[in-house]
Amino acid sequence: MASFYELCCRECGKRFPNQPLSACDECFSSLEVAYDLAAAKQTFTREAIARGPQSMWRYQALLPVPDDYIPTTPSGMTPLMAAPRLAKRIGATNLYLKNDAVCLPTLSFKDRVVSVALAAAKNFGFDTVGCSSTGNLANAVAAHAARLGLKTYILVPTDLEPAKILNTRVYGANLVRIDGNYDQVNRLCTQIAERYEWGFVNVNLRPYYAEGSKTVGYEIAEQLGWRLPDNVVVPMAGGALISKIRKAFGELIELGLVENKPVRFFGAQATGCSPIAHAVKNGLSHHEPQRPNTIARSLAIGNPADGHYAIKVITQSGGWSEDVSDPELVECIQMLAETEGVFTETAGGVTVATLKKLIETGQLDPEAETVIINSGDGLKTLDAVADRVGPKVTIPASYDAFVKAGLQ
Amino acid sequence: MSVSVRVPTILRPYTQGASEVSVEGSTLSEVLESLDTSYPGIKGRVLDESGELRRFVNVYVDNDDVRFSEGLQTSIKDGGQVSIIPAVAGGC
Repeated sequence: MASFYELCCRECGKRFPNQPLSACDECFSSLEVAYDLAAAKQTFTREAIARGPQSMWRYQALLPVPDDYIPTTPSGMTPLMAAPRLAKRIGATNLYLKNDAVCLPTLSFKDRVVSVALAAAKNFGFDTVGCSSTGNLANAVAAHAARLGLKTYILVPTDLEPAKILNTRVYGANLVRIDGNYDQVNRLCTQIAERYEWGFVNVNLRPYYAEGSKTVGYEIAEQLGWRLPDNVVVPMAGGALISKIRKAFGELIELGLVENKPVRFFGAQATGCSPIAHAVKNGLSHHEPQRPNTIARSLAIGNPADGHYAIKVITQSGGWSEDVSDPELVECIQMLAETEGVFTETAGGVTVATLKKLIETGQLDPEAETVIINSGDGLKTLDAVADRVGPKVTIPASYDAFVKAGLQ
Repeated sequence: MSVSVRVPTILRPYTQGASEVSVEGSTLSEVLESLDTSYPGIKGRVLDESGELRRFVNVYVDNDDVRFSEGLQTSIKDGGQVSIIPAVAGGC
């Protein structure tokens, strides 16, 4: 049986046939993909999933791609690691790290969303794709498009880290640097997408793209032995990831793959760009836009498209949101590396630092089973820790000098 | 006071398909009134029942998001440009 999906307005519920479209023509609200879950009960079973590939494509029956789509890249299915040494350091007892720093092929969770977005782009017949990006998405679009033979235009803000520019250009993508911040780049992309016949993964393909994030939620549940954790702590930029993990858990409950239980959602932001955390802490249902100023550039979205939905997920679940300073996030990049052997990028530093703060302030129960999301690899943001991790000493190449240095 | 307004695809049914139209006004509020006189109904798509900007619409005067300035009272100079853009792009 063919799996069924179509677009649905998140506010007024109006349905649309599958097409490159991200906003409702009635109320301007964002569209998302709706599935026939009753039909999926036949195809989306624990057994069928277990027979699938060791990648996010084992969940293809609940992703918006045609049944006959053959994926080319094994993104996802990243490790869910127990993190006892980090837990001990921050006073928790039951902590897991979902480690998308090793997501293939570009070492961030963006490989998941781009996998789905480009499947949709192929399905709609686009030969050119693009995105606005704070870096990780640029890397992912460039790599996946290269493998699929698509032409690529990628727009980035002017202050992006050199590693993220290099990791985009190497795949042959047309990189356009914009003299402005991410929100300005994003606005420009929206205007371009209206006039050019291009598939912008996070503009006109956004409903399909965002669905890729659900696989983080499916994997967490499957890797815990088909059950849900008590808490998840999620980094927030545009706010889609946290909402999609919630959606994934909801689908698993509805399909009977996991037992229903309350899961608290906690959102992590950098203080220099914290519109969602600010709204949660001040009891607002909608965020106020901010002008970003933080080294956590992959989270530096001042006007998050899914801000409203992230706020809703957090508050309805009984969770909370916190924000942390740049020095705090840098300290936590190092803490995660030293305790668990995982080198995270700035966004992961934000997530660990937020977890630490949530425990310190009593917002998160340190005994509860908590999963934190590490969204990207530390090699992409070396500058953040460069001045903290030099050699211990520099000595001449002689045994005497080594002994004299007193290294023991 | 002539002002150019960029109309997103979603609202072009109101402007007979035009992506850019010229209207009058020295504040965003006046521009939207003038726009509604020429293209009846369009204002109600940009503003909600209480007369505020809809949550999922971003409006820019020249290059600045009006939420960072005076909102509907943001002033617009002669020859200025207003862009109406759905707020559903970007991020993750």
